Parts: sequence; structure tokens; C-alpha cells
Amino acid sequence: MPNLTTTERTSERELVITRSFAAPVQTVFDAWTKPELFQRWWTPPSFGITFASCELDARTGGRYHFVFTHPDFPEPMAFFGRYLEVVAPSRIVWTNEESAEGSISTLTLEERDGRTHLTLHELYPSAAALDEAMASGSVNGASAQFELLDEVLPTLVGG
Amino acid sequence: MNHMVQFQSPRLDAAFAALSHATRRGILERLGRTDASITELAGRFDMTLTGMKKHIAILEEAGFVVTRKAGRVRTCALGPRGLEHEAAWIEQYRQLWQARFDALDTLVADLQQTPSTPSRPTRK
Repeated sequence: MPNLTTTERTSERELVITRSFAAPVQTVFDAWTKPELFQRWWTPPSFGITFASCELDARTGGRYHFVFTHPDFPEPMAFFGRYLEVVAPSRIVWTNEESAEGSISTLTLEERDGRTHLTLHELYPSAAALDEAMASGSVNGASAQFELLDEVLPTLVGG
Repeated sequence: MNHMVQFQSPRLDAAFAALSHATRRGILERLGRTDASITELAGRFDMTLTGMKKHIAILEEAGFVVTRKAGRVRTCALGPRGLEHEAAWIEQYRQLWQARFDALDTLVADLQQTPSTPSRPTRK
């Protein structure tokens, strides 16, 4: 099954994530741009994150604002930014403004051989900004949560 | 909106404490280029020997740094955790996306099985 997610640091300030889906490109695009659909997959249960609110206006120039809660974090956390470019059904570009040195994300969807191929490209303003994102996110090396995820993941693969 | 890897850390452990300090992250960056003695690091970060020893002890405890003593000089190098730092982060990030995309897979399969809701995007 070509259902593998790959993640690669392609340069000192870029990450590229890929995956393919057995669905038409319009369906995958809808899942990224309609709030009622987006909420159904963006916060996988295994991560313990829940949407407190989800506002998105997926049009060029529109904004998004998500608030998440997690049982281990006393305060909700907000993630927000702006859609720089939205071209249905193949391309979405947005900013990540919750940190000063946030990345620009470019999502590309391409229908090929009856599947939708997804590429998410994240460009950081500098190598230091990506290093920093990694430093702040690497807090849990081989935590119990990580092992739990390994157990839960196979049960998520259904569809 | 992608940077939710931090949610994966339910426990604020020694590694978090070690990396929460800008100087200590700077030390790791420096040791990523070359090993250095505590004296050299103290000079580089404009700090007393005692202050630098404390930072190194915290990094060592968390597994980011290993030290060895030769004569009167204690040399610091990246520990196993420091070396694997980037690879581990990328793997965690991949797991986050893998979990998301598995959920997305299920959703798009559901959407295709319910043709009663065509839900085309509205005109802009």
C-alpha cells in the first residue's frame, strides 16, 4: 500500500511531507478547506488534542484560527495565520503566525493513477528558525506517549 | 498550524528542562560542530566556569552531552540523545502527520460512500 507518510528535511530551512490517498483530488481538497470536515481529521485521537474552536476561511487572503485543548496543558493553545493562496482543488499556501519565525506551508494536491498525491512543503525564514522549531518540539524523545502511538496507529488505519 | 509536536509531550521531563534554556541550546549547537572543553565553552558564552559546569551537568543528565576528563581538562561532546535529536524530531513529526493522514483517509473514504451529500465548494 502506498499509504506511507514520508517526512524529510530537504534543506537547512525546508521540510517536505508526502502521502497519497485513494480519493479524488476534490474530496481531499474539501477535507482541507471545509471547517466541518477539517475538524474530523486534524486532531488525531491518539494525540489527545481536541478542538475548542475551529475557524477557517480558506480563500486567498482569508484567515484561520484554531484553539486546541489537551488534558496535560492547563491553557488552551491557539494556532493561526493567513491563506496566501488558495487554488481549488490543487494548491493551498498559508502562514503559521503563532510564532514569530513561523514557516510558510504549501500544500499541493495532484490526481494521478486514480489517487491523490499530497505534498506539504514547509519553508522556514532561516535555518535557525527550523532548528528552533525542532528544539522546542523534541522534548519527548522516546516518551511513553510515543510508544502508545505505535500501538494506536494500526487501529487507526481503517478507511 | 502544523507545529503541534509539542502536544506529544505530556511530561515535562529532563530533556525539556535541558532544552528550555537558550544558552544550553547554543552549547549543543556548538558541540554539534566540534567537541570543546568546559573552559572553552565558558569563554565562548562569556560565563564563569561554575556557571558553565551547571549547564553541562543538566545537559549531561538529559543525555544530550557526554564528558570525559583527561588530566585537568574536561572535554564535552554531543551525547547519543543530542546526535539523534534531529532524526528523532523528524520521526515524531512524521508520526503526527501519519496519524492525521490516517484519519483523513478514513474521512475521504466516508465522503465517497455518501453520494447524497455532493457538497461542492460554494462560488467565491
